[in-house]
Amino acid sequence: MSADIITAQGLVKDYASRRGMFAPPTTVRAVDGVSLSVERASTLGIVGESGSGKSTTGRLLLGIEPSSKGSISFDGRPIPAAGTSEWRRLRARMQLIYQDPLAALDRRLTIADQVREPLDVHNIGDAAERRERVHELLAAVGLRPDHGRSYPHELSGGQRQRAVLARALASRPEFLVCDEPVSALDVSIQAQVVNLLTDLQERFSIAMLFISHDLKVVRNISDRVAVMYLGRIVEEGSSEDIFREPLHPYTQALVSSVPQPGTPLKERIILQGEPPNPANRPSGCAFHPRCRFATARCRSETPALKQTTDDRSVACHLVAVSTAQPSLEGVV
Amino acid sequence: MSLVEITGLTVAFDGVRVLHGIDLTIGKGEAVGLVGESGCGKSVTWLAALGLLPQKARIGGRVMMEGADLLTMPRSEIEKVRGARIAMIFQDPSSALNPIIRVGRQIEEAIALHRGLTGASVRAEAKRLLDLVGIPDASRRLDNYPHEFSGGQNQRVMIAMALAGNPDLLVADEPTTALDATIQAQILDLIVRLRNETGLALVFISHDLGAVSQVCERACVMYAGRIIESGPTAELFRQPRHPYTNGLFEALPRLDGPRRRFVPIEGTVPDPRHMPAGCAFSPRCRSARENCHHTQPALATLSGTRQIACLHPLSDSPASERQRDFAVA
Repeated sequence: MSADIITAQGLVKDYASRRGMFAPPTTVRAVDGVSLSVERASTLGIVGESGSGKSTTGRLLLGIEPSSKGSISFDGRPIPAAGTSEWRRLRARMQLIYQDPLAALDRRLTIADQVREPLDVHNIGDAAERRERVHELLAAVGLRPDHGRSYPHELSGGQRQRAVLARALASRPEFLVCDEPVSALDVSIQAQVVNLLTDLQERFSIAMLFISHDLKVVRNISDRVAVMYLGRIVEEGSSEDIFREPLHPYTQALVSSVPQPGTPLKERIILQGEPPNPANRPSGCAFHPRCRFATARCRSETPALKQTTDDRSVACHLVAVSTAQPSLEGVV
Repeated sequence: MSLVEITGLTVAFDGVRVLHGIDLTIGKGEAVGLVGESGCGKSVTWLAALGLLPQKARIGGRVMMEGADLLTMPRSEIEKVRGARIAMIFQDPSSALNPIIRVGRQIEEAIALHRGLTGASVRAEAKRLLDLVGIPDASRRLDNYPHEFSGGQNQRVMIAMALAGNPDLLVADEPTTALDATIQAQILDLIVRLRNETGLALVFISHDLGAVSQVCERACVMYAGRIIESGPTAELFRQPRHPYTNGLFEALPRLDGPRRRFVPIEGTVPDPRHMPAGCAFSPRCRSARENCHHTQPALATLSGTRQIACLHPLSDSPASERQRDFAVA
């Protein structure tokens, strides 16, 4: 049995887009050659700004959207084509939860009915077993049996996200894509849901792809972290390493941009310019227009994601390969 | 010297009280943060003060500015305060701008209304404001529509419009919440720069403690329609004395130190229709004692500039307190 539950090689996603009603369609590359793998029962965090392709990557992995290029294998076998019965069976083993629980729930069904739905769809157990399983699931996510009889609008935001989680766990998935699962929740409730996620992950040995723009949450929940910029992974490594010593200039700015109580604004790197538009990709390294260190080479040549140490990869011309302590200071 | 003085402000919707008597003074040129989770009343306080709540809201108390009460002013008078003396910006800039009117015209409208300028001077002022908020190529960008700007730029446009009337106070309601991290840093930087350049007073409403600590000198923490702790930002953040404030800090994941399990505040914010007896935070409070469940603590001065509404404040040695909490978690 391989250590990785899911592996993706060279994923590409193109969307056709029109600038005007009569303009010819152009292709927008949302994901541009992403390779990643998630180890069993561990968490890979993906961070990046809007338009970086992090959510699209998650959807490609689940096969909700077909990739334009690249391959994905789950549990050592290629993922069957979306819509086929093999794919449907596989989908029981991989689930998605996303930001807005109210949109994910059906307002006209009780919570218990919705948590039971995956069991009906995937034909798991008989009526009594399903009832029993719904009970178990609600208890596992910290909801009372009477919450099961409520409708989504009767629950608070945190409780709704618990219900979504219970439903995602119904088919005993081995892989969970969490797309900004706690971003809409208040700090005190966010902490409750994150703890619940990690507890359930441990209890049921679930691997997670945790997509978020909130670096503080990602750091504390992820074993490994991939930083995305304009459809590519620009840095990948263990969560500790990435946040203690970010190597890519973009990661450095991103980590520095997080307002920390007690850290004055002056000491932070404030990036100039706007987050990039995938429809208008800069030449060379996509980050060069906002990069403090950009050189002529960065404007013309796209850096590949290269291993710097055993455990770390960076896509930047200026980060020396195979040194543990690369320095960007000399460039300034 | 106080600019705005709010005393005993209450708000009720359909007989349900959501704001239970807010006392808050904003000094000239001062930056005050209002912190709290959804539904704590931090936005309602300022919507009520500026007469922006729907008709059905029942408002009590006083909001004094230069000897006049904003709450009892006739409409024609309060309209001279809004925008000209106190401006407000909101979380989602794209919904606050009119999508089918060029940005320049929207800024010019605010300038003409509040400053009585006409003709070319309006245009020139609009360009100056766009320059001021850091939009490159301002004279050309005045002719663009909101959809041609990014989210961060639209928030800059909103700030330019808010500055059009030369206000004394800017109320910024979660101005960076909908923006990406790197853009959020840019907007915070802009707000700090504008304050330094114009001497504008600022009320910064946010759930983000980090952001508040970077732009405000003083912060008030709100819970369930009351201010429960206030003080100078640095002091408050170094040494929170109210268990709720402390809980907010504990719940905040950190970017430094070892990766650790989150420390949530158990339970949820109370429903305003079914408020618990005594201190509203008591059902979730780990330091609550018997009297917390029936006595409502008033906001009282703790020492110097610090105020707190708690019957059993945390000791002023937060380090040991925190270590103990971590050990429990």
